[in-house]
Amino acid sequence: MPTTRRQFLSLAGGVTAAGMIPIVTLRPLHATPAMLNTAIRNVVGEAPIRTGRVKLDIPPLVENGNTVPVTVSVASPMTADDHVKSIHIFNEKNPQPNIGNFYLGPSSGRAQVATRIRLADTQKVVAIARLSDDTFWQVAADVVVTLAACTEEMN
Amino acid sequence: MAALINVPAKARRGDVIEIRTLTSHIMETGFRHTVDGKLVPRDIITSFTCRYNGAEIFRADLFPAIAANPYLSFFTVAKESGKFEFEWIGDNGYSSTASASITVE
Repeated sequence: MPTTRRQFLSLAGGVTAAGMIPIVTLRPLHATPAMLNTAIRNVVGEAPIRTGRVKLDIPPLVENGNTVPVTVSVASPMTADDHVKSIHIFNEKNPQPNIGNFYLGPSSGRAQVATRIRLADTQKVVAIARLSDDTFWQVAADVVVTLAACTEEMN
Repeated sequence: MAALINVPAKARRGDVIEIRTLTSHIMETGFRHTVDGKLVPRDIITSFTCRYNGAEIFRADLFPAIAANPYLSFFTVAKESGKFEFEWIGDNGYSSTASASITVE
């Protein structure tokens, strides 16, 4: 029996739908703000997070999300009594909310790290610092991304 | 693997010096698909460590959101002459090391 146009279309539609569902359920395209909060709480625990002391240098407008320069610095004397233990960077809308954890100490001399990151969308980037007295400080920056990273097809 | 390390050759005791490292690695996120829909498996560097004369001075956990060919910049106090050792560890048993010397006066 020859396939009619209607049969073909319904079959094709069914295949497309069947193909779509596993992708959607297995792999959410973007992390959500809730995932960002969970990732932050995994690092911070129940401790309160205060705003300030941390500086996040990131371009506000990014043409290529595949490599975005980021510098995080913290106002700290970096002495044995008062230093930054770690710096954590998070994002809001990449497939995964973590970007990097950086562990420093009094021998670091200066509480500053720099790296290059990927951003899959226009979104918020958050940097959190843990000080030696186990207080947490954060800063957030909004970044507009015109060419997204991570999720494109590979040729 | 190829790594670029930037450490000052000389420093005065007590100086805060910047260390910059760049290593070649694809940092495949594990979130990309090929044109025929197959997931490209994750292949990233997950951990970086820097030791100064044997003592750890800096460590980083890296995630897929770190760009390909990971670049890291951090600081340390020049305490004594000696050697910095760098180690990158990643998926599929990836491991790479590099070192640099410094003279502290």
